[in-house]
Amino acid sequence: MQETVQETTQETVIEARHLTKRFGSVAAVCNVSFCISTGEIVGLLGPNGAGKTTLIQMMLGLVTPTSGEIFLLGKDIRRDTEAILSQVNFSSTYVSMPTSLTLYENLSIFAGLYGVARPEEEIERVMAWFEIAPLRRTLTKHLSSGQMTRLCLAKALLNRPRVLFLDEPTASLDPDAADKTRARLRSLRDRDQMTIFYTSHNMQEMESISDRILLLQQGEIVAAGTPAEVIQNYGKDNLEDVFLKVARGES
Amino acid sequence: MKGYRIRAIIRRHLYLYQRSIPRLAEVFFWPVLDLFVWGFVTLYLRQFPIPRFVEFLLGALILWDILFRAQQGISVSFLEEIWSRNLPNLFVSPLRPSEFLVGLMSVSIVKVVLAGGVGALLAWVFYSYNLFALGLALIPFVINLTAMGWSIGIVTMATILRYGQEAEMMAWGLAFLVQPFSAVFYPVSVLPSWLQPIALLMPASHVFEGMRAVIETGAIPLDRLGIAIGLNLLYFALAVLLFFRSLQAARKRGLILRIGT
Repeated sequence: MQETVQETTQETVIEARHLTKRFGSVAAVCNVSFCISTGEIVGLLGPNGAGKTTLIQMMLGLVTPTSGEIFLLGKDIRRDTEAILSQVNFSSTYVSMPTSLTLYENLSIFAGLYGVARPEEEIERVMAWFEIAPLRRTLTKHLSSGQMTRLCLAKALLNRPRVLFLDEPTASLDPDAADKTRARLRSLRDRDQMTIFYTSHNMQEMESISDRILLLQQGEIVAAGTPAEVIQNYGKDNLEDVFLKVARGES
Repeated sequence: MKGYRIRAIIRRHLYLYQRSIPRLAEVFFWPVLDLFVWGFVTLYLRQFPIPRFVEFLLGALILWDILFRAQQGISVSFLEEIWSRNLPNLFVSPLRPSEFLVGLMSVSIVKVVLAGGVGALLAWVFYSYNLFALGLALIPFVINLTAMGWSIGIVTMATILRYGQEAEMMAWGLAFLVQPFSAVFYPVSVLPSWLQPIALLMPASHVFEGMRAVIETGAIPLDRLGIAIGLNLLYFALAVLLFFRSLQAARKRGLILRIGT
């Protein structure tokens, strides 16, 4: 199934065209096409091994597609990598930060890498957002996994990205921190028209935060639409039941 | 190439060393240990009529450590990114791979200066050996050994990118693999005739032969320096090419996130 391009007047900021990634004989992502517009929050859903992380990695240039094209902010990721990546950011539960540096030092390094104009100001801003300012002098190795996740999210917002890729961003957060994070992401979308493309196994979160859902199974998009549309199309009561149906091959 | 991104990489590693005593000690530990062990050996050997042996050995020890620190400055700094699961963060930032390389090379210069400085100071304090007696020749010697260290470091990094973290032992072993053929503690002529052509392909061989020539005659062997520079340029270019090819392969095989997490 190919996801149809949204009828919208808004600018398309993420576009995948017939994207395929094969690792040897295994097709991790198979002929996937979709468009995401400015200010959309799109959730990528799928069982383990469905190809979600591979898809995000291709979007960020970490993995080269076997075939197909990716355009971010109207530019080809292969040709305009540097220009694109300076306006994009990423956080993943699988990625961490140098542990022998303080929280503030880590953020200051990434502010340098992204060429942030007023680094001190921006660092204070993101630390305040994720309530980690009191930990500024704490070595990262002494942070809890939830605090580390908040640091990674703070890093991901340092450069005021136009497009944000999040791979299971709230996986290690307590319900309060996760709720605040979702609220922060929503407010960034509303205020700055930030586009957010993210994966999560928290179905309630997906339902509550996503404008649209892409449901991936064995590397293919098997459903797409608003959470309500996807739930309705599968004849279920909620996204969790849809997920279980897809994951157990009942679709 | 953007200076602010290179500075960020340098800062990232300097923060690491300013706080971590084990990491800082690692920069000094081996040079100091080598100097003590071999320094006392040379004191003993002074009793025998081997002319300039002490200068040869202590000079070789300090200069070899410069090559080793330059290599470690690249390969261990790269491993630090893997150990801290930070590599994907760097590769999804606008940092170019070439800027990353320049950043790591700059970090290795700091290591070379620290380790070389401490080595030279200890040799002077304990054995009255003045490395700076090599005069102006010391500058091209250090530059050539640093460049060879960089090439080995970049090859190590490329191998880890390609084969994953199992290849990390190369970060400690690869420099010692070339040491027997690099005429560090003995001239190329000592080697079996079939090994001599291999030794002559090592830039370090020409530097160490040059060092011994300067100690013996005071004259800088420009021909040897020229060969060392030529070989270093060639090897550095090949190492950088290998790094970019390995990065390309790692992207194709989806290894960056896997080795970095």
